[in-house]
Amino acid sequence: MSQKINIEQIAELARLNLKPEERVKLTKDLEAILAYVDQLREVDTKKIEPTSHVLPLQNVFRKDFAVPTRISDAVLSHAPKREGKFFKVPKVIEA
Amino acid sequence: MARETSEVITVYEPVIGLEVHVQLKTKSKIFCACSTEFGREPNENTCPVCLGLPGSLPVLNERALELAIRVGLALNCEVSPVIKFDRKNYFYPDLPKAYQISQYDKPVSSKGYLTIEFKQDGKVMKKKIGITRAHLEEDAGKLLHEGIRDGSWVDYNRAGVPLLEIVSEPDLRSPEEAFQYLTSLKAILQYLDVSDCNMEEGSLRCDANVSVRKKGETEFGTKVEIKNMNSFRAVQKAITYEIKRQIGQNESGERIVQETRLWNESKGETSSMRSKEQAHDYRYFPEPDLVPFSVAKEQVEKFRKSLPELPQVRAERFRSQYGLSEYDAYTLVSDKALGDYFEACVKENVSPKLASNWIQTETLALVNSSGSTIQNFKLSPAATAGTIRLIENGTISGKIAKEVYSIMFETKKSAEEIVKEKDLVQVTDTVSLEASVQKVIQANPKVVADFKSGKDSALGFLVGQVMKETKGRANPALVNGILRKKLTGG
Amino acid sequence: MEPYQFSVKQAKEFSAKNQNGPSELTQSLAKRIQNFDSKVKAYVHFDPTRVLLPKDGKKGPLYGVPISVKDNIVIESWETTCASKILTGFIPPYDATVIRKLREAGAVIFGKCNMDEFAFGSSCETSFFGPTRNPWNLDYVPGGSSGGSAAAVAGDLAIAALGTDTGGSIRQPASFCGVVGLKPTYGRVSRYGLVAFGSSLDQIGPITKTVEDAAILMNVLAGHDSQDSTSADVPVPDYTSFLGKSMKGLKVGIPKEYFVKGLDPEVNQAIQKTIGVFKDLGAGCVEVNLPNTKYAVAVYYIVAVAEASSNLGRFDGVQYGFRHETSSLRDLYFETRDQGFGAEAKRRILLGTFVLSAGYYDAYYLKGLKVRTLIKQDFDRAFERVDVILGPTSPTPPFKVGEKMNDPLAMYLSDIYTISANLAGLPAINIPCGFTEGAGHASPLPIGVQLVAKPFEEGTLFRAASAYEQATQWHEKHPKL
Repeated sequence: MSQKINIEQIAELARLNLKPEERVKLTKDLEAILAYVDQLREVDTKKIEPTSHVLPLQNVFRKDFAVPTRISDAVLSHAPKREGKFFKVPKVIEA
Repeated sequence: MARETSEVITVYEPVIGLEVHVQLKTKSKIFCACSTEFGREPNENTCPVCLGLPGSLPVLNERALELAIRVGLALNCEVSPVIKFDRKNYFYPDLPKAYQISQYDKPVSSKGYLTIEFKQDGKVMKKKIGITRAHLEEDAGKLLHEGIRDGSWVDYNRAGVPLLEIVSEPDLRSPEEAFQYLTSLKAILQYLDVSDCNMEEGSLRCDANVSVRKKGETEFGTKVEIKNMNSFRAVQKAITYEIKRQIGQNESGERIVQETRLWNESKGETSSMRSKEQAHDYRYFPEPDLVPFSVAKEQVEKFRKSLPELPQVRAERFRSQYGLSEYDAYTLVSDKALGDYFEACVKENVSPKLASNWIQTETLALVNSSGSTIQNFKLSPAATAGTIRLIENGTISGKIAKEVYSIMFETKKSAEEIVKEKDLVQVTDTVSLEASVQKVIQANPKVVADFKSGKDSALGFLVGQVMKETKGRANPALVNGILRKKLTGG
Repeated sequence: MEPYQFSVKQAKEFSAKNQNGPSELTQSLAKRIQNFDSKVKAYVHFDPTRVLLPKDGKKGPLYGVPISVKDNIVIESWETTCASKILTGFIPPYDATVIRKLREAGAVIFGKCNMDEFAFGSSCETSFFGPTRNPWNLDYVPGGSSGGSAAAVAGDLAIAALGTDTGGSIRQPASFCGVVGLKPTYGRVSRYGLVAFGSSLDQIGPITKTVEDAAILMNVLAGHDSQDSTSADVPVPDYTSFLGKSMKGLKVGIPKEYFVKGLDPEVNQAIQKTIGVFKDLGAGCVEVNLPNTKYAVAVYYIVAVAEASSNLGRFDGVQYGFRHETSSLRDLYFETRDQGFGAEAKRRILLGTFVLSAGYYDAYYLKGLKVRTLIKQDFDRAFERVDVILGPTSPTPPFKVGEKMNDPLAMYLSDIYTISANLAGLPAINIPCGFTEGAGHASPLPIGVQLVAKPFEEGTLFRAASAYEQATQWHEKHPKL
């Protein structure tokens, strides 16, 4: 019962314009890897809690005060495209 | 095209839920130390964290969580004992990390309610609207498109500002209720001082979910999301339009598409958004860069005890402490500054009932006509109280007081000064009043005859004439009494 | 002895004694790089004119010592590429916390080391700039993803280097190159400034010529950072105080699950000899059980790639790096990313996107996180009985360049021994413990042994590693370039 991949759908979600040859190879690779990870099905995890964080840390905060970092000039100077103090992107169309 | 008679509309009921995003008034952003101050140069309030630069990491602003808990408590929610953040993944130029740090399954608070009150036929109606949840998340940057031909511009100053997303249950049943919900919610947020709640500035945003169904049905109809409304009235208008549209679709047998529609204020209609071939798959998963947060019960109780007096409680108090009607109390508390103004006024030892009436009519009229707000209104509560006091102790009549009040607003003089200067002291001396009354009786024989023959309303005319004769300074009640006595020969 | 051959300790002493020490050190290294790095390609970016010597006043614990840095750690105004086309031209406006700490300690930030693209790999072959070679035999891989850092240290092209480890990326290349590599406890070293791959797994750590050097570096690198919410607020001991302590009484666990089919016989032999040395030095060796070991790679290739797919979403050409110029917003994303990422990066992004997507989250990601709990519990149980767990770092000796590139799964299985320590957040160290025979190879290739300890017990690792190192001579061997 191996997992089939809809590569177009995932590539769309991941914003990758895969070329046709890539699609074939990647589908194959992904399905092989998923077949491998499928062995996890045999593990009984019914009573097991997931581990999202390995350290038992809680409540890490910062206090509410503002500190200027002043990196905007440096960042904008390396932007692929800018317009004065803005980053520039192709036209974003909304209805 | 379907018939849209009122008959058809009453067969349907609208089902409305509102999602409100509120910018929280913290000094720094939710996950970094950048300022949240509005109006800075583009991209000035930025750092590696809110720009989402590779290698940057978030750290939660303690105050953002505190404010979020307070709002949850004020909305009668349960505060989650363990709170965590999740990533909501999607791509858009205003979202630097390609994910928004938000909350998915363990929001700050949930399962609360907000009681809306609205005036109907001079009475105050109450209805409980469920609050599904209120959760924290970070705001995105701003995109500029207007007038730019070859692209769009991005400003990340707003990226990372703390937002509280408040989601209501689909309990609202009319555009008017939706409007009231927003007004009541805004009042609570104002009282808590957690946000500027300014829709025009973007510190409060609202999306509406609207569906319709035939009355009596228990299933929900297909819901449509409406965005791009810039004021509470726009929300009301947009919902009104959308309900009509959906009823029209239903009536003509067309299926309602589950989609997002944008409100167009100038055209007065909602329209479908292009693009969006696929529904978003946000691929939520727990944010690995932030640890969970636990809020102790004692801490929650501390926050609860430190909540300020909220609008509803204040209204109750206004009724019991000041003897105000439900209607008046509701009106005065619905804007915190207005309620504050009223109480400050009453502290100057004037009648609460008079103060209530005066503020709701004369004060607000001047506030509106001068384009100011109650917060920066030129006349202090003490000044207003001064005017009211003169009415109370009979020095001037209500009518004269109105004139005095306007003059106070124009000049810097006090009520007493103006009354003295313009010789507006009310005439209560019965001797001089009798003289004026006598004059008026003699000048209006026909009206007198009308009154004597049973036309009671003719007296009003005669009172008016006496007022004219005394340049408005006569005490109308006294005049009325004197006239009656003279004319009925008592 | 040439300055480029120095250890950190020797470089420190050299700088302290000589006015020109720091500049002699950097010049010696620069010359060696000029002569040999065209063959090894350990560096992605080395510019002798950019090397800033510390000001005289700063005589900190690393005064004058050149440290090379893996290219996924940001350094202000130095191009940081993560060996990816999509980050070419990215000039960070800030320093990673570890860089700030190194500077404060007087270290010289020397150059940026090659790596697998975005740390995705176990061979340093997926770099946009081409592979790094193993200094012991240039036909072989140095391991990955910190292949450049390990090769530089092994080839005396660096005094010491920083690597990063998400599934073994410090330890495995250290093993392949015959040097010391430590992955600290998760949260021991700040991740602020480390370009994220697997956020719940990543750690920065030292790759060095000796165990002592690693301890010296850890004294500087470790510690709480208020800019990293996952940074532990645990006091930092003086790690050098654990050196030279006897192994007597140390309880060592040998997981029976590690010695199965797939383990190269030469590696096994070297490990068995190592166990013998440990016993001779007074350690008590017992068998332990880590029954869920076999699932570690599967869990990793769900959890780590899921996090990676999300972490790499930000690479879109909007603010920095490579951008496919276009008037279509859609193409900006789709083409920039398709052209900017290499094959392995795309594989992981797609896989990660899939396991998080609607309908698959529970079966894959959530399941992975639950099995992770079981793996962690295995270690918790084992550590009730032992102080360290010993095993091979890699199931095979170094392989040839190109040998595993067509079989991603085979490549992934190289990490079978190292991955669990990341999943459980434990500190782990690789130290050299032998060489292959060389029969059939042009030259003998290094074999490494891995030690794993309880959270924040790096001291125990240093104690055991230094005792073993001093009882053997592996660290005295260097490849001839």
